[in-house]
Amino acid sequence: MAKLTLKINNIKVATDPGKTIAQVAKENGIYIPLLCNHPDLKIKPNCRVCSVEVRGQKRLAPACSTIASDGMEILTASPRVKKARKINLELLFAQHKEECSDCIWLSNCQLLKLAEENKATINRFEDRKTDYPIYSFNGVIEFDSSKCIDCRNCVEVCKNQGVGYLEIYKRGHEMKILPTEKKHIDCIYCGQCINHCPAGSFEAIGEFEEIERPLLEKDKIVVAQFAPSIRTSIGEEFGIEYGKVVTEKIVSALKKLGFDYVFDTSVGADFTTAEESKEVVERIASGKKLPILTSCCPSWVRYIEYYYPEFIPNLTTVRSPQEILGGLIKTYWAKQQKINSKKIRVVSIMPCTAKKFEISRSELSIKGMSSVDYVLTTRELARLLKKHKINFDKLKPQKIDNIFGEPSGAGVIYGASGGVMESAFRTTYEKLTKTKLEKIEFESIRGLEGTKEAKLAIGDQSYRIAVINGLGNAKEFVEKLKSNPDKKYTCIEVMACRGGCIGGGGQPLPVSDEIRLARANGLYEIDDKLEIRRAHENPIVKKIYAEFLDKDKHLAHSILHTSYHRQKRGKIKTIS
Amino acid sequence: MASDIIKKIKDANLLGRGGAGFSTASKWEIFKATKGNLKYIVCNASEGDPQLSKDGYILKHHLEDVICGIEIALSTFPGSRAYFYLKKDYYKKYSSQIKKIAKDLPIAPFEKPGHYLAGEETTILEVIEGKNPEPRPKPPYPSEKGIFGKPTLINNVETFYFVSQIAKNQYRGERFYCLAGDIKNKGVFKLKDQQTIREILKETKNLPQYEFFVQSGGTLGKFLLENEIDQPVNGLGSIVVYDKRITNSVLLAQKILKFVIYQNCDKCTPCREGTYRLFEEFFKKTPDQKILTDLFSILEDTTLCPLGMIAGGSISSLYNKLINGKTDIKNK
Repeated sequence: MAKLTLKINNIKVATDPGKTIAQVAKENGIYIPLLCNHPDLKIKPNCRVCSVEVRGQKRLAPACSTIASDGMEILTASPRVKKARKINLELLFAQHKEECSDCIWLSNCQLLKLAEENKATINRFEDRKTDYPIYSFNGVIEFDSSKCIDCRNCVEVCKNQGVGYLEIYKRGHEMKILPTEKKHIDCIYCGQCINHCPAGSFEAIGEFEEIERPLLEKDKIVVAQFAPSIRTSIGEEFGIEYGKVVTEKIVSALKKLGFDYVFDTSVGADFTTAEESKEVVERIASGKKLPILTSCCPSWVRYIEYYYPEFIPNLTTVRSPQEILGGLIKTYWAKQQKINSKKIRVVSIMPCTAKKFEISRSELSIKGMSSVDYVLTTRELARLLKKHKINFDKLKPQKIDNIFGEPSGAGVIYGASGGVMESAFRTTYEKLTKTKLEKIEFESIRGLEGTKEAKLAIGDQSYRIAVINGLGNAKEFVEKLKSNPDKKYTCIEVMACRGGCIGGGGQPLPVSDEIRLARANGLYEIDDKLEIRRAHENPIVKKIYAEFLDKDKHLAHSILHTSYHRQKRGKIKTIS
Repeated sequence: MASDIIKKIKDANLLGRGGAGFSTASKWEIFKATKGNLKYIVCNASEGDPQLSKDGYILKHHLEDVICGIEIALSTFPGSRAYFYLKKDYYKKYSSQIKKIAKDLPIAPFEKPGHYLAGEETTILEVIEGKNPEPRPKPPYPSEKGIFGKPTLINNVETFYFVSQIAKNQYRGERFYCLAGDIKNKGVFKLKDQQTIREILKETKNLPQYEFFVQSGGTLGKFLLENEIDQPVNGLGSIVVYDKRITNSVLLAQKILKFVIYQNCDKCTPCREGTYRLFEEFFKKTPDQKILTDLFSILEDTTLCPLGMIAGGSISSLYNKLINGKTDIKNK
């Protein structure tokens, strides 16, 4: 198709048809501020901050939604544009209670940046929402409605997740976003509302206020473990490029904070894989409880338990990596070190807000103890480091504590959508065929596509598998499963968040597909370089099974497996 | 036949009667040129403006002609189906009658939810699709992508009435006006289009002898002083006359703004927040002039749909002509 030519700020630019003014400007390095716009979501265009002047048009046009046309002459920073931007920002600030010191955007606040750029007086109008309450979603996610700027990103992302827990109530200046009162709908704690709110209205409970708590347990041995996906994301909080692997910096950072020991949850993932692949082989043999559904994602588990309890038997009973490693720390490792396990505190650094809920599940205790005592999100760890003035970028890399050794590549790719399935089949293939899998990369199930399907030829059998990321896609898929039971699947991996854990609700802000891909690629790079890339080949896995788990089947079961049940609706607490 | 009627409408120079005043012939030509096996036509009789009652008048006296107008549209645009979009009480009163007159024609009565903005054309699309009554950004225009993504033609009930008059060669260039306020002869009148407000008031024996001002073009129309009424009605066909001696303009501004802050859809910043802050300002002893002009400017320049824009225009005309510098703002 023929190119268009237009002028932006009197600079001639050429572009392909069909793009918005904002896209064309970005291509040409011309800055137009966007606020309510999120690359994951529809263009609304609500906030009007991106308004620009188009010659010949009576009114200003929103750059985010106006399609560029041939011959257009656009001004992005004329006095008229600047004035409108300033006033609209002042109006937005008048509904946003500033609590900057306690905000997930902290040093990265779009609103403040825009206010500065446009010389907006942020207190020109009196805040009209100061009395608006905070809602706690079952003590996991918190929504402070006095900060909300009514952009509705949270409502849309929650709906896209197949949940629809957040609703618009009333209209005009009385409009409010509220958790729904509909009994059949409940929050699954994925935290995507947090990642998509430009105003910091959402956070995980205790985010920032309680992050010091684990470190205050001076009489305890405090052990940290960190999830696979953290190693390519936390760097962003310290200005390190997207997707850069910083595993060993995380270890030294945690040590510097005062954690006594640091382990890698990816090792836990190797146990999950080893155990889960046994279950896959068993269920294939018996033909029962198929398809087998993964259970590492606590939002997905809760989703099944609340919305589709008929599929509870299909969930693998194998625990998630953090729970297995936590359990091993408090049993195997405690025994080795001759430590009273009651004196151990396990703290997981997770990309996820729902993991905070997972550790509260009573089914996951061992001998009356929680396997994991605290969960901090990636953001919370970054905050803790900043608070302690630890310059992450300058830290000297340090190896993890070697009792649990290094993970296999399979354990590391757990952090990206498709990683659990890939790991499971690297192992399951060998279990089923007794031969070694030559090409271990399952490219067809990697990437950000919402639903990825593949047929695996193993021996003389063919197995249909599906990998899903984004709960909205999972909902669609489950409905299809129900309506078409003849299409048989062996295994289905579901991660609630787009891209898997690398796009989790506890991860650094902002997030986009570009960022998700960079984080995922970082994980695959680690896997590529590792010598051991199959979970069952990890020497520590072999060792602990042989020396410990295989010797006490009952204890092994309580460390490695769990159970599920229908969930009650979580309580909504209103704090005014 | 099809090009025939469009040509006749063009020759009659009929302008849409929903308020925007766009050429009906051009609208029909664009709609005709848009490709699609299925197209929708909407006859809008949602009349949400408190100052208007002419849709009801037309339904009461000319329903058969209106349906004749819709029928002409249906035959002009192959593969089209029509919705007769009515506000609640009109729906109750006329839906069965519409079905009876329409017989086998694909004309379905549709009840509008009780919300002012639900009469705005892109909002109608959302409502018919079963969504919240909120406007859509334009473009795409409804004629390209309307109900369920199909090309959609939306015309006011009055427009359809006059289309049928044109087809029967009975159109004499009239339009319907609603007259109200501090006058004797209130009601709906069919008079020449493009007549000036003064002429209309004269012809209906409503030109006041006392000092007055008018608002024309609906509840959110502009305010005009006595010496400004030698111009035709702009927008919606209404004229409300105010007796200057007894009207408190500040209360009037408050009343209009109260309507807006409850009836806007809350989507865009300038309308949701801007009209709220205007409302606030009119309760102050002396409104801050700078704040007012700032708010008027963003309403004029940046709202998503016309609602906030015309509301700003209405209040700014009232403020500039009748409040600013004239009297102290009296609260309560």
